[in-house]
Amino acid sequence: MTSPSSSRDRVLGRVRRALADVPEAPEVARDYLVSHTPDDPAGVLDLLHDNLVDYRAGVHRSTRQGLPALVGRLLAERGARTVVVPPGLPGAWLAGSDARQRFDDVPLTPAELDSTDAVVTGCALAVAETGTVVLDAGPGQGRRALTLIPDLHVCVVEAPGQVVASLPQALPRLDPTRPMTWISGPSATSDIELDRVEGVHGPRTLEVVLVVD
Amino acid sequence: MSGTFIGMPSFPEAARDAVRDTTLRGNLRHATHTIRAKRAGAVAELDDWAQLREAGKQIKDRTLRHLDRHLEQLERAVTAAGGTVHWAADAEEANRIVADLVEATGETEVVKVKSMATQEIGLNAALETAGIRAYETDLAELIVQLGDDLPSHILVPAIHRNRGEIRDIFRDHMQDWGRPAPDGLTDRPADLAEAARLHLREKFLRAKVGISGANFMVAETGTLVVVESEGNGRMCLTLPETLISVVGIEKVIPTWRDLEVFLQLLPRSSTAERMNPYTTMWTGTTDGDGPRAFHLVLLDNGRTDTLADEVGRQALRCIRCSACLNVCPVYERAGGHAYGSAYPGPIGAILTPQLRGTATELDASLPYASSLCGACYEVCPVAIDIPEVLVHLREKVADQGGAGHRLERAAMRAATWLLDHPAALTAGERLASRTRKLHPKRLPGPGAREWTNSRDLPELPDRPFRDWWKKNHA
Amino acid sequence: MRVALFATCVNDALYPSTAIATVKVLERLGVEVDFPAAQTCCGQPQYNTGYRRATEPLVRRMARAFEGYDHVVAPSGSCVAMVRDNYPRIGARAAAEGRGRELAGAATSLVPRVHELTEFLVDVLGVTDVGAYFPHTVTYHPSCHGLRTLGLGDRPRRLLQAVKGLELIELPGAEECCGFGGTFAVKNADVSEAMGADKISNALATEADVLCGADNSCLMHIGGMLRRREAPQRALHLAEILASTEEEPLR
Repeated sequence: MTSPSSSRDRVLGRVRRALADVPEAPEVARDYLVSHTPDDPAGVLDLLHDNLVDYRAGVHRSTRQGLPALVGRLLAERGARTVVVPPGLPGAWLAGSDARQRFDDVPLTPAELDSTDAVVTGCALAVAETGTVVLDAGPGQGRRALTLIPDLHVCVVEAPGQVVASLPQALPRLDPTRPMTWISGPSATSDIELDRVEGVHGPRTLEVVLVVD
Repeated sequence: MSGTFIGMPSFPEAARDAVRDTTLRGNLRHATHTIRAKRAGAVAELDDWAQLREAGKQIKDRTLRHLDRHLEQLERAVTAAGGTVHWAADAEEANRIVADLVEATGETEVVKVKSMATQEIGLNAALETAGIRAYETDLAELIVQLGDDLPSHILVPAIHRNRGEIRDIFRDHMQDWGRPAPDGLTDRPADLAEAARLHLREKFLRAKVGISGANFMVAETGTLVVVESEGNGRMCLTLPETLISVVGIEKVIPTWRDLEVFLQLLPRSSTAERMNPYTTMWTGTTDGDGPRAFHLVLLDNGRTDTLADEVGRQALRCIRCSACLNVCPVYERAGGHAYGSAYPGPIGAILTPQLRGTATELDASLPYASSLCGACYEVCPVAIDIPEVLVHLREKVADQGGAGHRLERAAMRAATWLLDHPAALTAGERLASRTRKLHPKRLPGPGAREWTNSRDLPELPDRPFRDWWKKNHA
Repeated sequence: MRVALFATCVNDALYPSTAIATVKVLERLGVEVDFPAAQTCCGQPQYNTGYRRATEPLVRRMARAFEGYDHVVAPSGSCVAMVRDNYPRIGARAAAEGRGRELAGAATSLVPRVHELTEFLVDVLGVTDVGAYFPHTVTYHPSCHGLRTLGLGDRPRRLLQAVKGLELIELPGAEECCGFGGTFAVKNADVSEAMGADKISNALATEADVLCGADNSCLMHIGGMLRRREAPQRALHLAEILASTEEEPLR
């Protein structure tokens, strides 16, 4: 690198010269909608459900009480014999599964994650209009790699508290300083003839459990 | 990518071959028409699309107006969060910075997230010269890399390849780069995606250095955003120990809240989805989560020249969605390679001549690679008036003179003189009408020849309208 | 109401029948039309090819020629789009270059009074049935400038649907450019031809007798290709269909 500060000054100097006689731009008119969805928690949850299904996620509803059995069944149905447990995941969630648990309290290596069949997490938020679950590395979610390498991701969303309708409602509830992964369905590609195919590098199966009490 | 766009012929010449390539025409037609209809559907779902589009435009314009402040704020925020910011005035400097950073890690291979900025600066070739192998991990980029090909689309660089061609490329070339393609690979898209998954997985798991671009950089928080579909981006952004992101300076947005606009505009315009499958957001480095070292290389490479042009600067609003390519009738027939740049299609026709200048015949021909039909402007999620910029750039090209333009200027001036002297014009019209029986069907000479190669000239009337008017009304 | 016809240079020299038809339709609807002889061309060819300064004398000429008229009507979407979209830009650029406000003033006075024919009929006169008769099958190609710059929408099709005897057949891929694009047709002749070939194959697939448009420059390109292929379809300007009546049908 040759004196990096000089390039900084050069680029900023060029920017300032380019803008020397440009008039002030007007305030941004934010007259778009805060939400496209009626303010009804049941309807918002249905929309989240439909949009997740539309992008080929499995979606299931459960009571808090029924959650361990459902998670156990989802893991078993996919033949998951090992499961990654992020720090802070409520122990009860895996009480109904006999899959061997791998804890990330001492970070698992990429190879260890690759040899694990599944991961179970909670989430920070879900956005109905886009069919998105947001993970922010909080308790029960863990670091980003945990939900990336195992081929099955079971994600638990607590409704209605963790569900919002729209992006303008979602962003203020998130902390940008945290590393984040937004997930809208299993991994996919449109790179062959612009046709959508699910299942590339991320988990090929995404099961979302909506907990409603 | 070992191929290069350098030394390519002018757009009309390159397009001539593309137009006659029936496989290419079929591939492009199929792909662009598929996505066109889907995009229209995804956009129609939002009643406030026009307002979102206007807000996107205004946020970008306001950001560009004070780009220096936003960049400085971004630099402070990224630095405070544990990242290191580098400034690159041009491609050469950016490539050198990245190569030095990789060399400092002691590694000789890197995994890459699809990135227009690194395509633009030819990073892979520069790394190769420095003895560093760059593995493209986006499916389409992989197809391009394995096929020793050039990208031809912003979103889907291998759009010019159909499934059969992709199968052949995988079967013949995966072994040169690592794990070979599975035996008996079919051309089913799901099988091709699976082959890519297997081929790349070992590379992801051992990678120590990742290289990316970014879709957005939030100045107030120092957060970078990468939107993607496959998960290769997540692999490159989270597994390596060192992450280097090369990002154009125009990708900065002022606030976290601004994402509520762009994350609605981009996926629907790009892949026609409500939201792309994966979005990664990171702010500097985080203990125990993702890379331990993060370097952000802020790239100028012609952007400040573009910023200085009062008409042309709107091109810097571009969020690289590629909707304009997908609706463009010229792109559909000429293909992406004819544009001779990482940025093809309508946006490329206004971006490339501004980033690179118009000194080469190719770059000077790009502003004319449009019928000005306006379909690109109509779908642009940040309302870039591409036809307006094209015409503005034509003026610049015409002003600099050069091949053909001196003659053209003389002809245009003569036409204006004639049109500014109705008596002379009328005399000319009458002469043409009177001699109409003598006009041949095919004409020689520049312009006339191109016209009459494929079209008959209109039959001249026996008199111009103004003579009819004089006789019947005056 | 003082109404001027802006015939456009292409119609004046090559398609007088379209300008005559426009006069006939307007007069049939009781509009008194004038043709100011000082008019020539809007300057679109120069402007779109990159010769903005060469366009300026024509902007002045247009403004002078149509001074004092309440409405200026042109049977060409692209010429109207040139005036509406680009005259203000030409004026603003001249002012920014320190050459005064004269061109900007010319644009400001002219722009609000200029109408494309179907806009004038539907919006100003409030008419969709102009009393025309045209017993043929017709498919309609909406030219890009009319469609996207002017936003003509369904005005042309509403006018056609009201024509007695006319059967309107939808054109597949109607909103796609025909490939004319002014000097694009010669500077990028191969792509232009490929676009035109797709347009006419869509048009011929309708098996309509007539491919109708509202812009003769596009029709010169499409019609020229149809005639070169000796295709059983003719390109015809909308005004000529609207001018055709039972008493005086278009041949």
